[in-house]
Amino acid sequence: MKEIVVISGKGGTGKTSITASFAVLAGDDVVVADCDVDAADMHILLQPENIKSEDFYSGELAVIDEDACIQCGKCFDVCRFDAVEVINDVHTINELSCEGCGYCARVCPTEAITNEPLNVGKWHVANTRFNQPFVHAKLGIGADNSGKLVAQVKNIAKETANKNNKPYVLVDGSPGVGCPVVSSLSGAHFVVLVTEPSVSGLHDLKRVYELVKKFRIKAGCIINKADINKDIASEILEFLKEEDIVHLSNLPYDETFTKAMTDCKTIVEIDDSKIKEAISESWEKIKEILN
Amino acid sequence: MKIAIASGKGGTGKTTLSTNLASFMAEKRDVVLSDLDVEEPNSGLFLKSELFFAEDKFKMIPEWNNVDCTLCGKCQDVCNYHAIIQIVDTIMVFPELCHSCFACSELCPTNSLPMGQKKMGELQHFKTSTFDFIESKLLIGEEQAVPLIKQTLDYVDENFSTDVVKIYDSPPGTSCPVIEATKDADFIILITEPTPFGLNDVILAIDTMKELKKDFAIVINRYGIGNDDILKYCDENNIPIIGKIPNQRAIAELYSKGELLYDKIPEVKTELENIVSYLESHILK
Ligand code: SF4
Ligand code: SF4
Ligand code: SF4
Ligand code: SF4
Repeated sequence: MKEIVVISGKGGTGKTSITASFAVLAGDDVVVADCDVDAADMHILLQPENIKSEDFYSGELAVIDEDACIQCGKCFDVCRFDAVEVINDVHTINELSCEGCGYCARVCPTEAITNEPLNVGKWHVANTRFNQPFVHAKLGIGADNSGKLVAQVKNIAKETANKNNKPYVLVDGSPGVGCPVVSSLSGAHFVVLVTEPSVSGLHDLKRVYELVKKFRIKAGCIINKADINKDIASEILEFLKEEDIVHLSNLPYDETFTKAMTDCKTIVEIDDSKIKEAISESWEKIKEILN
Repeated sequence: MKIAIASGKGGTGKTTLSTNLASFMAEKRDVVLSDLDVEEPNSGLFLKSELFFAEDKFKMIPEWNNVDCTLCGKCQDVCNYHAIIQIVDTIMVFPELCHSCFACSELCPTNSLPMGQKKMGELQHFKTSTFDFIESKLLIGEEQAVPLIKQTLDYVDENFSTDVVKIYDSPPGTSCPVIEATKDADFIILITEPTPFGLNDVILAIDTMKELKKDFAIVINRYGIGNDDILKYCDENNIPIIGKIPNQRAIAELYSKGELLYDKIPEVKTELENIVSYLESHILK
């Protein structure tokens, strides 16, 4: 089983549309995982039906038992996250600020503080409209630990693939370079970088590739809207060469891209588009590299 | 006055709006723009500016001093993040996992874990010809954006008076970094695209702002693509739409070159005027 992760550094480059297109092309061979747990969108294109949903707990939250509290202020003194608030001389925990470090509970003289497991979201196993297993999740508002939820989604997807003998796990990765994307990348066999030829696109590509390098994962790149700025497109090509990243394809600036999404379809379901050809070509190249 | 520009997901035009709005408002007011998307700061690419000040930003982590340590194991027990462990007769710290809670350090019976600084990123303060611009960048491999966002906000508060209009380009999403970046703001502008993805993501952002009890409004980017669902949604839920930036290939091309829009595309300037007049009547005195 091979795991392919699609990332882009920044959003809005067409990453999710491209990943969903790969999913359609892969047909029965794939388990799909949406690891953009912060702003998951793939379900819009793949319209899954959930078959199993579970709450996800990670980390802890301090809770003060008002009856046991003697308002001594020790918790307030030790908390480094300004999570203990004193309102009318009563100590309370601000749930959004508490990092669940547990320090306050350790110093409370009356054991008034307990650490409760924190529900950070929900994950689902589903079937896409192409009848493929699909694992996705929704992070709770303001929740920490999105990296752990990403790891959970990936683990479930891998288990599902192993159980059903699917050769590929296809992952729509998270944005940025922080903890969720670190979790998205760990254990991957191939990374697809989706970029666009703009100063910010190139900047983000270079930054996120620094991270990919740390994991020593083989990478390929798709340049979306390649014709919008030819100079930067050729700069990107140079960068790919220098770093030994496979250039998978160029996609033209084409309103069909958005039109397909507006109809809740993937681009490869729209006939006769140049984009369809380029994406199919990319998918074949990826399979060749992996096998 | 603090205005945060946010969106449910990245790539909807947050940076475009932040940089254009800051430049436009700076024609009449004192403005400081801060890029709080510390994982992928981009605003600086769109501004001609000179570096005014730079400093490294640190987080605090415990540093083991083996002289007095009795290997009692307490530090390992109190760390909720498994960031400090005892391996035979050595205490090891994993800096990327440490949340700097100080528990191990302050609860160590022999004071063997003084907290020391570790670099997590850099803050840079630039000046354009009309306004100040602050950008922080997380080191690659550092996983936690929140402490750096916090320190960047502190820097802005320390260096600029309350009369200055503070514009924050927030990180994308609805999780901890965006909460940190917006929780202090007086007003939030959510920017989205009129597509199913855009609608899905902006609803998440709207829910987040409601949860935080924030005053907010919507700006639609690439207006003209997709469908009208976002207009209907905002109408039904009484959410003000205060600007509509049109979809034009010319805009995509200027953006790709890292250029500002409003001095070249009159429609964009009109929309900025609409946004500012809304801000003026609602929050700016
Ligand atoms: S440390 Fe315990 S007793 Fe003291 S204020 Fe906090 S919760 Fe109350
Ligand atoms: S658990 Fe840690 S972060 Fe939460 S209130 Fe207690 S000391 Fe503060
Ligand atoms: S708590 Fe202090 S004395 Fe005990 S093992 Fe840790 S460093 Fe050593
Ligand atoms: S400071 Fe807190 S998070 Fe860091 S190692 Fe010590 S106990 Fe763990």
